[in-house]
Amino acid sequence: MSSGSGFGDEKGGSSSVGEPEYGHDPASGGIFSSDYKRHDDLKEMLDSNKDSLKLEAMKRIVAMIARGKNASDLFPAVVKNVACKNIEVKKLVYVYLVRYAEEQQDLALLSISTFQRGLKDPNQLIRASALRVLSSIRVTIIVPIMMLAIKEAASDMSPYVRKTAAHAIPKLYSLDPEQKDQLIEVIEKLLADKTTLVAGSVVMAFEEVCPERIDLIHKNYRKLCNLLIDVEEWGQVVIINMLTRYARTQFLNPNVNESLLEESGEKAFYGSDDEEGKEEKAEAAALAKRKPYVMDPDHRLLLRNTKPLLQSRNAAVVMAVAQLYFHLAPKAEVGVIAKALVRLMRSHSEVQYVVLQNVATMTIKRRGMFEPYLKSFYIRSTDPTQIKILKLEVLTNLANETNISTILREFQTYIKSMDKDFVAATIQAIGRCATNIGEVRDTCLNGLVQLLSNRDELVVAESVVVIKKLLQMQPEQHSDIIKHMAKLTDNIQVPMARASILWLIGEYCEHVPKIAPDVLRKMAKTFTNEEDIVKLQIINLAAKLYLTNSKQTKLLTQYVLNLAKYDQNYDIRDRARFIRQLIVPTDKSGALSKYAKKLFLALKPAPVLESPFKDRDHFQLGSLSHLLNAKAGGYQELPDWPETAPDPSVRNVEVPEWTKCSSREKRKEKKVEKPFYSDSEEESGPTESADSESDSASGSGSGSESEESGSGSESEESREESESEQEDKEDEEDKRKKKKKTDRGKVKAPAVESPESEESSGAEEKNRAQKVKGRRSGSESESEEEEESESESSRSESESESESESDTDAKKKKKAPVTKPPPKQAKKESKKEKKEMSLLDLDDFEPTPSPQVTPVNNFLSSSLVTDLEGLSLTDTVMAPTTIAPSGSVKTYELLHRITGEGLGVEYCFSRQPFSPDAHMVAVQIMFTNNTNAETKNLHVEDPKLQSGMRIKEFPEIELLPPGEMVTVVMGIDFCDSTQAANFQLCTHIRKFFVSIQPPVGELMMPVFMTENEFKKEQGQLMGMNEISEKLTLGEKCQNEHGIVQRVTSAANVSRVPCGSDKECRFAGKTVSSGILVLVTVATKEERAAQLTVNCEKMVIGTMLVKDILQALTQ
Amino acid sequence: MIHSLFLVNSSGDIFLEKHWKSVVSRSVCDYFFEAQERASEPENVPPVIPTPHHYLISVLRHRIYFVAVIQSEVPPLFVIEFLHRVVDTFQDYFGLCTEAAIKDNVVVVYELLEEMLDNGFPLATESNILKELIKPPTILRTVVNTITGSTNVGEQLPTGQLSVVPWRRTGVKYTNNEAYFDVVEEIDAIIDKSGSTITAEIQGVIDACVKLTGMPDLTLSFMNPRLLDDVSFHPCVRFKRWEAERILSFIPPDGNFRLLSYHVSSQNLVAIPVYVKHNITFREGSSQGRFELTLGPKQTMGKAVESVLVSSQLPRGVLNANLNASQGTYTFDPVTKLLTWDVGKINPQKLPSLKGSMSLQAGASKPDENPTIIIQFKIQQMAISGLKVNRLDMYGEKYKPFKGIKYMTKAGKFQVRT
Repeated sequence: MSSGSGFGDEKGGSSSVGEPEYGHDPASGGIFSSDYKRHDDLKEMLDSNKDSLKLEAMKRIVAMIARGKNASDLFPAVVKNVACKNIEVKKLVYVYLVRYAEEQQDLALLSISTFQRGLKDPNQLIRASALRVLSSIRVTIIVPIMMLAIKEAASDMSPYVRKTAAHAIPKLYSLDPEQKDQLIEVIEKLLADKTTLVAGSVVMAFEEVCPERIDLIHKNYRKLCNLLIDVEEWGQVVIINMLTRYARTQFLNPNVNESLLEESGEKAFYGSDDEEGKEEKAEAAALAKRKPYVMDPDHRLLLRNTKPLLQSRNAAVVMAVAQLYFHLAPKAEVGVIAKALVRLMRSHSEVQYVVLQNVATMTIKRRGMFEPYLKSFYIRSTDPTQIKILKLEVLTNLANETNISTILREFQTYIKSMDKDFVAATIQAIGRCATNIGEVRDTCLNGLVQLLSNRDELVVAESVVVIKKLLQMQPEQHSDIIKHMAKLTDNIQVPMARASILWLIGEYCEHVPKIAPDVLRKMAKTFTNEEDIVKLQIINLAAKLYLTNSKQTKLLTQYVLNLAKYDQNYDIRDRARFIRQLIVPTDKSGALSKYAKKLFLALKPAPVLESPFKDRDHFQLGSLSHLLNAKAGGYQELPDWPETAPDPSVRNVEVPEWTKCSSREKRKEKKVEKPFYSDSEEESGPTESADSESDSASGSGSGSESEESGSGSESEESREESESEQEDKEDEEDKRKKKKKTDRGKVKAPAVESPESEESSGAEEKNRAQKVKGRRSGSESESEEEEESESESSRSESESESESESDTDAKKKKKAPVTKPPPKQAKKESKKEKKEMSLLDLDDFEPTPSPQVTPVNNFLSSSLVTDLEGLSLTDTVMAPTTIAPSGSVKTYELLHRITGEGLGVEYCFSRQPFSPDAHMVAVQIMFTNNTNAETKNLHVEDPKLQSGMRIKEFPEIELLPPGEMVTVVMGIDFCDSTQAANFQLCTHIRKFFVSIQPPVGELMMPVFMTENEFKKEQGQLMGMNEISEKLTLGEKCQNEHGIVQRVTSAANVSRVPCGSDKECRFAGKTVSSGILVLVTVATKEERAAQLTVNCEKMVIGTMLVKDILQALTQ
Repeated sequence: MIHSLFLVNSSGDIFLEKHWKSVVSRSVCDYFFEAQERASEPENVPPVIPTPHHYLISVLRHRIYFVAVIQSEVPPLFVIEFLHRVVDTFQDYFGLCTEAAIKDNVVVVYELLEEMLDNGFPLATESNILKELIKPPTILRTVVNTITGSTNVGEQLPTGQLSVVPWRRTGVKYTNNEAYFDVVEEIDAIIDKSGSTITAEIQGVIDACVKLTGMPDLTLSFMNPRLLDDVSFHPCVRFKRWEAERILSFIPPDGNFRLLSYHVSSQNLVAIPVYVKHNITFREGSSQGRFELTLGPKQTMGKAVESVLVSSQLPRGVLNANLNASQGTYTFDPVTKLLTWDVGKINPQKLPSLKGSMSLQAGASKPDENPTIIIQFKIQQMAISGLKVNRLDMYGEKYKPFKGIKYMTKAGKFQVRT
């Protein structure tokens, strides 16, 4: 209530002149009405010691400001309170200060020191707020102080302060544009910031201060793409819009090829000459290059990372992504935005208005995209008129041969609407449909003619206008319609319609030779009462008739011209004079009169009824300029695609200086070196980690590219790679030669690269699912987080993998010998110094053309067997025999060879610790290829897991020859539950949905303990945690040995030594959470026995009891 | 970006102004008033109006125009969306967003606007960050404030702005931990004269009211997530999880929020829960018209159709309507020609009907348009698409929350053409 009362009280005090007062209270007005006393009470309150009084006063002042009253004379009194302790008073003082500082510059300076103090405060929020207010004070004299403060804040520890600094940049810029250069420096610095908090604000500053400095974006491009999803929504809009512009300057048109083939047909519809010309030029250019289009991976990155934002609740974000796709995406992919845009149609009418404007533009270029959503654009009687008209526009644009009948039926209902503007628009829409779609022209025309008998004059008038346009296209067949319209002149009063009818009759007077003169007669009678446009058309009609049928109409024409001669309107007088000279032959009549007939009765081209939204797309969609169809201030043109892509390496992020080699040749050399330390880079270098973070999802070139290089998993090098790959495509021949020439090291680079990225893509997690099929996506740099040993072993795997690949792949054969640098490997491992490995060491790693060498894993691992398992992947031949799983292990079928179309897959729980992650259960998977063809690229995709569960996929199996069998190991963390892990098993051609469900006994691993320990543990797991069951032992397991065998086969537990021969004890712990599981089997007389399981997790306990019970009783 | 904001009431007075950059004279609104005059209906004012030096972007909510002044290129939706967010915030703070409410709380409004934009660029628009900064006025707090002189500006500094989950404040505590979810579906349909469906679609939202202590991490799964064709999320929902598993996983904001809005794929046939039999005729030459309307349930899956409200804009020529409702009450406004009939619940045994005659202007010709009938209704405990929540789990906190899920179906834009 306090604020409310404040609002009321102050009214009297602030009665300024000329402003209307709301609920002005005359009583209070009387007290403070005299001018010199104005605001005295407020001043007093502000000077008092009580915060509550100050607050009250400030509230009243703010209320005055809110209503637009002038409160500037209070400035001295208010500014004193800037250092007030009360936080609300302080905030309100800030509000006041920001509002009036501009007017009272000198006094405002008094407050500056307070903010300067605030800038040094240890609390980040106070620092930020001080900067915010300081930069909002528009006083030129403090520009240097602001500049200093911004610079300091830009390197503040707190991202929030840095964000505020970014906000302050445009403020300072608008205050003093001279500071631009310095501000750009700050922007450059802040652009490099890696926090989501800053990203949106700094791009905003960039757009306001230096949108032309596109070069500042290069280095931050990938980072911005990757941060995008986590930036707050307003920042997303700004970043997406900026990146659209950026992409237009940096990448090639993805539709360049299609536009050659297809678009020409579609364009012809609306085709204008210069467009075609341009296209031809592009065509020529493209042909000259004869280069298949390969999408830049950075371009792909942008498209991929923005797509999820179509799901945003913020309409502005959805629109921003939609326009990005419209302007940047390959034609085939643009369709995804339609659904999201249609969703926005449910929103507020203002949102609808803007979205429909954009949809209208899009439907002209990409009609197919919205066709499935035709019905969403049907008009409701409750829509505001402006929405109705826009929807109509969209419906008209969407009309084609197949849907025109439904659309026309809809239009028929619309014509009956009460909203006459809308009806008029509908009639025009019908006209446009009729011109665009030849088949329905007659239907439309008939419908429109029927409308001529409508009672509403507006409807009739609009129909006449539209019919006129339609008839102009084929007048011969429609003389009866023209006759019908001639009759309408008696009734219809709307000037435009009358003028249209007269024009029609005049134009086609030859088709209606009898009626035309009569119409002129009638018109001559009413001439003086007609509107100007009608009068002009009467003169026109007269002239035309005079030329064709002068016998009948000579006098009438004279009469009309005489009337016109004395008309009030000088246009009409002019026209009459002009026409008289032309048509009436006199002695003086010049050469022109000979051509009168040609002048008046020339064949006129039929009008093209086209959408007002045509060609609007040269404005960036979603922009204000697009909406207004006029360039708004500060609009940045959307540049045309470049003919050739600028150097993509500019987006590579800062790395040690060797990347800076300028020549291509040198870069290739660097590329050669790359695989050698890519591992070490991934694992160690803090400098690099940032890059790989920003680039994690980057790579993934288009399909053709990945064929050779997989995709860029590394930040820097992959870019180079793909670039040169593109080059490869250009002239493969040439490249071949080069390959031969260049030393082996160079040649081998791509080959080594590919398996590596494959490896990492194998390690990739489920986000893979999103990625476009058929393209091996860029590996997330997960390998970073992986344990050292993991990446180590995987590396060796990948290497030998690549070898096997090269064996089979003839093309790559020559690379084979150099694929691997094993000595280096061995050396490195023995040193165990991967992290310290310096760049110089590379010199030692001269690729030695050594043949197949079994990778040596010297590092300590928890289990040798798993290592061997890991190795088994590397060589298909030795695989099946490498490890016989310990004990009798039950195998389960994962994929029957019939359902798998010849690919049979079995799995078993090998009961070996899974070395990459101790919390995972190792699952050994055996693939058998029963077909006659090779199966390639076996890998796991799209795991669907219960929450908490994780999967460590096995490395991709490059090739499985017919009849062969291969075994791999994957790790699954089941989270100690028997829920199935579902995933897809993918080959190069098929995907199979499979699931692995573990028996409870496989969720644990053996624990070795002594009898005493066992008893101690068991003692702690009594009561609820103990489950016991009586049983009768099966025939075959009456002796101790039998029992042990049965129990250990049912559960992965180990036997605990035991003194008594009546009891068998087993201990294990669950793999995922390490919870103890104790099993006791006590035998009694006969075959009776008692089974006891102690386990903290009762679910596991009960299930285990069931399983063991079954095993023992059989 | 956004230069200034003016609030204009329905009678065309500017009752609040706020400038984020230098002051723009309120005379700029004259262009807006011009456009307002030109527009026949209040909602026909163009949302974007260019003026010589500025652009005006406005939204109309609760009969208040929120007019933003823009000086240079900015995506119009950006501004529109922001203005709607402002209105939502006001509604959240004051219960309703009327001129009176804004005037009563002018200081709070000003403080809010100050926090929401910095130099015209959105700063804090998340309601819970704002609530940390500026406490919403409650009766109790205003009373306490007037007595003690304390303030409604948060004493603590708003840490939410720094957090990774900006939509949730830290240190939330409740004695009763509860989480309620309302699945509300709306049927948008256009029904033909003959009763056949021209277009029908289902739009749904899940609104949540979550009052849970600490930092709970919720997952919500559906029995039939495939129904959801197009979805948009509150920013708290983890998108990847949805993509991969069709599970909504999120750390909820505190209090009320819209978790999800969705569109049910158009392939599914939409069950239309009511049918209308109508006979509205005007005879040529007579000053009488017949009006007959009967409603009945259809495909309601055994649930009652409640809160039925029928409204229709009758043609201008109709002077009065003399009708007889078998159930509920009807009103006819002779000025706006709006007929409304509050039916209530539809009883399948005794179908509600509205019959009678309309008197037309004498001598006027028969109106050539037939009125559209707009129907509103509610069906409790049912989501018409068949969407069902499978389970709701909470992680990250120890206590057991009380969970509730409610289903409801409503008519959205449900029109019957006659």
